[in-house]
Order: sequence, then structure tokens, then C-alpha cells
Amino acid sequence: MIVRILGEGQLEVADDKLDSLNEIDRVVESAVESGDDHAFTTSLAALLDGVRRSGKPLPQDSLDDSDLILPPADATIEEVRQLLQGDGLIPG
Amino acid sequence: MKRISTIFRAKANSALDRAEDPRETLDYSYQRQLEMLTKVRRGVADVATSRKRIELQRNQLQVQSDKLTAQAQKSLSMGREDLAREALTRKSALTGQLADLEAQHTQLQGEEEKLTLASQRLQAKVESFRTRKETIKASYTAAEAQTRIGEAFSGISEEMGDVGMAVQRAEDKTQAMQARAGAIDELIASGALDDASSVNRGDDISRELDAMSSQADVESELAALKGSSPQAINAPESPAQTSAEPAADETAPVEKGQQS
Repeated sequence: MIVRILGEGQLEVADDKLDSLNEIDRVVESAVESGDDHAFTTSLAALLDGVRRSGKPLPQDSLDDSDLILPPADATIEEVRQLLQGDGLIPG
Repeated sequence: MKRISTIFRAKANSALDRAEDPRETLDYSYQRQLEMLTKVRRGVADVATSRKRIELQRNQLQVQSDKLTAQAQKSLSMGREDLAREALTRKSALTGQLADLEAQHTQLQGEEEKLTLASQRLQAKVESFRTRKETIKASYTAAEAQTRIGEAFSGISEEMGDVGMAVQRAEDKTQAMQARAGAIDELIASGALDDASSVNRGDDISRELDAMSSQADVESELAALKGSSPQAINAPESPAQTSAEPAADETAPVEKGQQS
């Protein structure tokens, strides 16, 4: 499955890694919901790190779209909320 | 985080849905891609400009700071701990500002690097899209083209959204820093920072050190001329030494001492 980390690019992540990544993803989401900055920062860092470690960068000229798009590493909770609302951060 | 992906994709595909003949959107999209490429390159240049401005300010403050350190050392060597303390106090204010500039510099470097990579990725994808676009236009009917175009579009649109966001975020960060950099520029221009060691208020340390050293120069040269220690001058016991003979030479060293 293809994962994009916003601001970094796309990676191909093997399907068997998804379970453990999904677990961290749930922590990120609940941190966004509860507004817990500390939990958000650490879980997002762990999630992105997991993707970077288990993924293989896609060739730069690939035109494939991603199955999963993740917020940039230095995103704030507020920015992720805006991403989830679909306005503000995504241009176009 | 799945929702982000869905929203991203929905936005990216809305342009495609509006077109009558999907093949027409290929050229239109390609134009937009080139525009985005220009935009991200301009973004890189803007961030680089801000970074250089910070480097310049950092150098200016560093010169000031080094000068104050030198003054503190000189003051101490002359036994003026009060002056040394004053110089170091002023220096510590600059040290805080320097640390702040250093942090901003690191952040800008990071943004510059990110945008440079983003522009490389986009360039590779735009190039790839251009090839695909020509193939699609040459070999498919409008109906057939639909799917192929959809495929080519989604990847590049996603990249465009990503790059657009990266440029926007970099701009926001740079703008916030520019306000602070502007404040420091004004401080430097107004001489308020220089004050700490050279212009009005700050010059007191320099002036006092200069006065002390020229006085010391005079004393030591006088002493050398008289062939005795400075203490001996304060209590002249041998008026015979201040004869007319060395008096002619005496004027030159004294003038030199006053000038320095």
C-alpha cells in the first residue's frame, strides 16, 4: 500500500506492517480528538517513523496516488483538524 | 487518518469532473503543474532570502558580542571590574538574541531543504505527466481517455496538493520570522544594539577604556623618557632629568598617546 507523508513524499509499505501502524494511528486520532498535544506529538512521530522504517520510497516520477495520506511531521493538532475538515490546508 | 486521504482525493478530482472532453483538461492541468513548479521554486528562493538575512544579522550581532568580550577583557586587565561587568551585561542581552536567531536559522534551513526536495519530486512527476499526456492525446478517444487520464491525474493532483501545502506552510513560517527579523533590523539600523558598545550610551565603555589606555600610554612613555618608573613621575625627586635635552623628543610621544 502507498502512503504519503505530507511534505516528504510517498512510500510503499508492505501490507503486513499495517496492523501495528494502524494501532499507532488510532492513538494519533484519539489525541487529536481529546486535544492532547503531548500524546499527539509523540504518537504522530512514532507513526511517521514506523512508516519511514517499514516503507520503501516510491520513484519520484511515479504518478500513483496514495492509499493513505499522513500529516507532516511538524503538524499541529489544529492543522490536522483542518485537514480532516477538508478546508484551509489543502489548496485547490 | 484515512479521512485525510479521502478529502485530499476528492479535492484533487473535482477539477477533472468539470471538463467536457477530459483530454482538454490534460493541457490545462499541465499548465497548472508548471505554475505550481514555479511557485515552489519561488518559495525556495524566498526562504533562502530570509535565511541569508538572518545570517547577516547573526554576523552583525556576533561582531558586537565579540567586541564586548574584548572590552570586558581589556577592562579587567586594567583593573576595572565595574566596566567589565557592564560590557558582559550588554553582551548577555545579545547572546539571547543570537540564540533566537540561531534557532530561526535552523528552522529556515529545514524549510529550504524540504521545499527543494518537494520541487524535485514535483518536477519528476510533471515530466512524467507530460509524457503520459502526449500518449493519451495521441492514442485514445475521449471515451477511452477518461480512465487513463483519471489515473494520470490522481497522482499528480495529490502531489500538487502536497506541494501547495508545503509552500503555504513555509510562507507562513517565514512571514512570522520576517516580522521578528524586521524588528532586529530596525534595532541595528537605529544603533540601539551598537549602543551597547560603540555609539552613544555604549561608547562610555570604549571612551573610558581609551581614556585609560591613553593616560597609561602617556605615563609609561613619560616614565620611559625619564628613565624611571611611573611612580617616580608622581613624586619627582630628580629635576635634573627634566632638562632641555629630552624636551624636544617629549612632545611627539605625548601627542601619539593622546591620539590613540
